[in-house]
Amino acid sequence: MHLVFPAVLAALLFCVGLYGVLARRNAVLMLMSVELMLNAVNLNLVAFDVWLRDALHSGQALTLFTITVAAAEIGLGLAIVLLIFRNRGTADIDRVGRLTDGDEKADGDEKADSAETVGDDEMEGVG
Amino acid sequence: MTLTLAILVPLLPFLGALAGLASGRRAPGLVRPLAVLPTLASAVLAVLVLARIGTKGHLDSATRLTPTGGLPISLSVHLDGIAVLLAVLVTVVATCVQLYSTAYLREDPRYPSYAALVSLFTAAMLLVVYSGDLIVLLVGWEVMGVCSYFLVGHHWERPDARSASIKAFLVTKLGDVPFLFGIFVLATDAGTFQIDGILGAAATGRLHHATLAALLLLGGVAGKSAQFPLHTWLPDAMAGPTPVSALIHAATMVAAGVYLVARLEPVFLLSTAALVVLGIMAVITMIGSGLCALAQDDLKRVLAYSTVGQLGYMAGALAVGDRDAALFHLLTHGAFKALLFLSAGVVIHAAHTNSLTAMSRMDGLRRRVPDAYATMGIGLAALAGLPPFSGFFSKDAVLTAAEHAANGDALTGGLGPAGNVPCWLGWTVLIGGLLTALLTAAYATRLWLLAFFPVRRAAAEGVAGSGEAVAATVAPTAAAVAALASDEPAGPVEPAAMVAPLWLLAVPSVALGLVGLWPHALPAWLDGVSLTPSGVTWPIATGVALLGAGLAWLAWRRAAARVLAEAEADAAAAADPAPLLLGPLLGPSRTGFGVDTCYDRAFVRPVLGAARLVSFLDREVVETYVKGAAGTPGLIGRVVRRAQNGNTQGYLSALAAGVVVLAVVVAVAQ
Amino acid sequence: MNLAAVVPLDSTHGFLSPSGVEIVFVLVGLGVLGAALLTVTTKQLVHAALWLVVALGGLAIEYLLLTAEFIAWVQVLIYVGAVVVLVLFGLMLTRAPIGVSPDADSGNRWLALGVALAAAATLVTLVVDAFRCTWIDLGTVAGSTKANGVTLFRYWVLPFEALSVLLLAALVGAIVLSRREKKEP
Repeated sequence: MHLVFPAVLAALLFCVGLYGVLARRNAVLMLMSVELMLNAVNLNLVAFDVWLRDALHSGQALTLFTITVAAAEIGLGLAIVLLIFRNRGTADIDRVGRLTDGDEKADGDEKADSAETVGDDEMEGVG
Repeated sequence: MTLTLAILVPLLPFLGALAGLASGRRAPGLVRPLAVLPTLASAVLAVLVLARIGTKGHLDSATRLTPTGGLPISLSVHLDGIAVLLAVLVTVVATCVQLYSTAYLREDPRYPSYAALVSLFTAAMLLVVYSGDLIVLLVGWEVMGVCSYFLVGHHWERPDARSASIKAFLVTKLGDVPFLFGIFVLATDAGTFQIDGILGAAATGRLHHATLAALLLLGGVAGKSAQFPLHTWLPDAMAGPTPVSALIHAATMVAAGVYLVARLEPVFLLSTAALVVLGIMAVITMIGSGLCALAQDDLKRVLAYSTVGQLGYMAGALAVGDRDAALFHLLTHGAFKALLFLSAGVVIHAAHTNSLTAMSRMDGLRRRVPDAYATMGIGLAALAGLPPFSGFFSKDAVLTAAEHAANGDALTGGLGPAGNVPCWLGWTVLIGGLLTALLTAAYATRLWLLAFFPVRRAAAEGVAGSGEAVAATVAPTAAAVAALASDEPAGPVEPAAMVAPLWLLAVPSVALGLVGLWPHALPAWLDGVSLTPSGVTWPIATGVALLGAGLAWLAWRRAAARVLAEAEADAAAAADPAPLLLGPLLGPSRTGFGVDTCYDRAFVRPVLGAARLVSFLDREVVETYVKGAAGTPGLIGRVVRRAQNGNTQGYLSALAAGVVVLAVVVAVAQ
Repeated sequence: MNLAAVVPLDSTHGFLSPSGVEIVFVLVGLGVLGAALLTVTTKQLVHAALWLVVALGGLAIEYLLLTAEFIAWVQVLIYVGAVVVLVLFGLMLTRAPIGVSPDADSGNRWLALGVALAAAATLVTLVVDAFRCTWIDLGTVAGSTKANGVTLFRYWVLPFEALSVLLLAALVGAIVLSRREKKEP
């Protein structure tokens, strides 16, 4: 099989994931896009391992590791997103703007802060 | 021993000034003793030095300062008859001024610094007088300039005092620039800054640039001694307190210029051109200032212009080669001008105004300040040159010198070739001097009449006493006697500290002239030229002076009569004889012949314009760069700040784009 | 260096002679790509998760086609079984709206698109340029479970254990992060 096929597929998949990471507003969707990017890397690893016929199977072993790390990453990432949601009442990346230089977002932050207590209460109800 | 005393003379006032400045705030009680006592002590010491030096004595002592390369500068003392005489004058006048100031400026909060500055001023002048080295002399010369700046600007709350002090400083500094170069020229020619060395070089003909040096020195002399082109600061300096005026006019500042020329007279005698310039300058100054003095309304400005005129006499005497006459006049003038200013201070103190017009409407001034009235009369008589007052003898010495020069045998006292003094210069100075004598007598009389004889009363006397000239001439004298006799003060009694210096100074004002008659007294300390009035000049001069006084009196009478004749005389009642005497010259005389306006046009406005231009360039051009340098980073920062929008995805996009760009660059580069 | 050794070996392959495996690979690849595109562009959040399942499942098929069997099953187990479920739970917990949400994409969409396209162009150009004449020999199975197990526990055992510690750390971290502060009674 032509090596270009998996390689190009991996490259395109990676770029799709990249677009998702950069363009999605919801944090959970961002994490999903990250998964896409990781899978693109996995595909590359497997394809090159198969091509090279490595005696140690390093490509596939690393793929397994990546999958594991990805699982850990999605767990932690979702925990962080949940925390942000609980504190801010939203999972929108656009509205998490504490890094802003200046006070344009100050109002939004305050609103978010005021919404925080409401979110907390409701979350408690859910929990 | 004499040297120690001589060094102490300038040192004591200097230390007094330092102590006064240091303790002025903390120990107010010490200020007055610290002001008066060092000056008094140095006066006593100056007299001692005078006695020890004797008539033909000399004392020269020099200590080399650190070697500086080039010409050596040494801390040296040069004592001869001129120096010790002048030192006595300076210290005596300074003592009187300090004593007077203790009362005159009793209420002034800045009295401590004032007294310290007066002491410093005195010390600087004494340094000039005693110094045997031109550079050390220059130090004293410049310290005097600074002190005059501070003292004239003593009332710095008033704008006229501020501008007058700046004007005095700038004008004298303007003269000091050529002065400094003149010193350099002299020192380069003679190979030393020592005055002795320079005079020796002049005697042996080693001075190759005598004319240049003398002309350059004249710049500084004109500035300090207020001669014609640079005289304008002196009348304005009246903004200072009256005792300061007395000090500046009588003993220190203005005397320095004349003293310097007298010291370097042999150098000046080498150059006809310098003598001619000095003489013309003196004559213009004399006559111009006489006219101006006649037209002024301010009592102190009249006296200021009279100083300018008397300095013109001295410069004239120096121009015709007779420094003895010049120094004689300097001494007598120092005495009677200090007297005039101090008594004017008393009068102003009592009248609460400087204006002669206002005084002429004031009844009883004569009776309120009898001491000032009498001493001012003495001073004015001396100023006008009436015999037997001191001014008569010294002025006549000047005129005699001019007459000798006009006849071709200038009285140089062996200091230089008499042939260098042209005859026509002698005639010019002589005629100018006589004309000035007329004017001086006229304005002295006018001042006297306006200040002490109110119109109504004098006119009443005139009406009652048949109005004849003889009787009227007697009237002021009679009034004076009456005022002296009736010793009951009608107004505020002036403190003794103000009155005592008046009488102290009145003695030399009257008698100092007689000292010049005796060949073993004053002439012996000088160069031995006879100071006795010659048979030709003194009758003429006295006649001219009497004529001037009489004309002024007649004009005053007519003016008074006209004032009385008009019904509403009270509004503008000023029996000023000046309009009658001066005629069309009155306007220009009152404004100083427009010299100030001329300078304003020629120098002040261009300089101000240039200053405005520079400030415009600074504010609009240079500052634009500075603001731009500050503003550009701010602007860039504001632009770049927009990138910091807190959007994580935006940051990530930029990061990824950068990575892509780097990858492309690497790929293309390979 | 391997490239030089491999190319003459595979010189029998025609450049434009796709085998059946290649055709299947490309077709499944297109499906994966389409599913991935839908994942990142759909406006319904839950649908995005479902399309992610399709994309990841398709990738499992690709692994199979590349004879990496063990990886393929792990992919299905962990990704489709665990990660997507986690993601769905995350969507629910953050109360993602069911149905079309018009603001699913942020304002950086066009910037993101530009960056992604530039990256894609660069990567594809580079990859195609580099592996134009490279073929994979799929004659023998490269990733059987046995082979993987042997290498994993013979050569990679230390990283494997380290990874277990990492997983533990991630577990603890996730618990700590999502734990709620106890309120004072």
